[in-house]
Amino acid sequence: MEFNTNFVLGCSAIGAGLAVIAGIGPGVGQGIAAGHAAAAVGRNPGAKGDVTGTMLLGQAVAETTGLYGLLVAMLLLFVKPLAK
Amino acid sequence: MNTGIMLSGADNIDFMIHGVFSYSFFGHEVWITTSHICILIVLITICTFMYLAGRAMKNAKEVPTGFQNVVELIVEKLDGMVDSTMGANGKNFKNYIGTIFIFILFSNISGLLGLRPPTADYGVTLPLGLITFTLVFINKLRYQKVSGFIKGLCDPWPIWAPINIIGDIAVPISLSLRLFANVLSGTVMMALIYGLLSKIAIIWPAALHVYFDLFSGAIQTYVFCMLTMTYLSDAMTVSE
Repeated sequence: MEFNTNFVLGCSAIGAGLAVIAGIGPGVGQGIAAGHAAAAVGRNPGAKGDVTGTMLLGQAVAETTGLYGLLVAMLLLFVKPLAK
Repeated sequence: MNTGIMLSGADNIDFMIHGVFSYSFFGHEVWITTSHICILIVLITICTFMYLAGRAMKNAKEVPTGFQNVVELIVEKLDGMVDSTMGANGKNFKNYIGTIFIFILFSNISGLLGLRPPTADYGVTLPLGLITFTLVFINKLRYQKVSGFIKGLCDPWPIWAPINIIGDIAVPISLSLRLFANVLSGTVMMALIYGLLSKIAIIWPAALHVYFDLFSGAIQTYVFCMLTMTYLSDAMTVSE
């Protein structure tokens, strides 16, 4: 079945919008990590440096899934693999 | 121009890699792109710094002053980072970790100077991930021997071997994609701001540069090195 190129491009844009919904997960995860880090610093202010380093590392790893969503959106919007 | 490399966006939004010139390499068309030029600029900067640092350390004084102080501080910090993460295992990896740390850091913050960061090109970050993967693989074979390697694959049961292999292969891909996507997202955001808000983007984008280029770039550099060190020390620990 043949589709109009503009129709495919519009559907790609919708797909890109749906793909970046993946950002919800890392947002919640990073918030939980930051909350627990704040609680840890409140309990033991002396370990602030270690807690901050561990938190940033964990958050950066948790961010990866959201970035995959971003990459899919970018591919759909700018490389346009479906409209070739 | 060359539509294969330059991918279209809006007219005044430009964050893509451009081809500068092409040449024929054994019948293949090979493009020299802006990534190559940016990486060359970064490397020249690092080499100049390295030459100056070497000259400062050659006539080093007992009480360090000025530039010698800075160089010693950088080396001490990098060595301390490797020591605190890898312990006794890290003795042979200080050079590698220090090198990739300085290279990725300079690449990431080169966006401040108007370059397109070389790490926003997947062709730059994938080799970095593959180097780490190769190092991990070789050290696993060296320290755990072939028997330990196979035992690690069949953990906990032999039927899990395909999943363990996929997990091993995912290491370089996730390492390189994380760095690439973070730097690319910063580049895209800055390009959108300069492209769409060009009338009112006067001074305040500087604050965003601090976040996207300096903070995000430094964090991702740190994360890449930390994960490399974690994987390496995992590979070098012999399990009972």
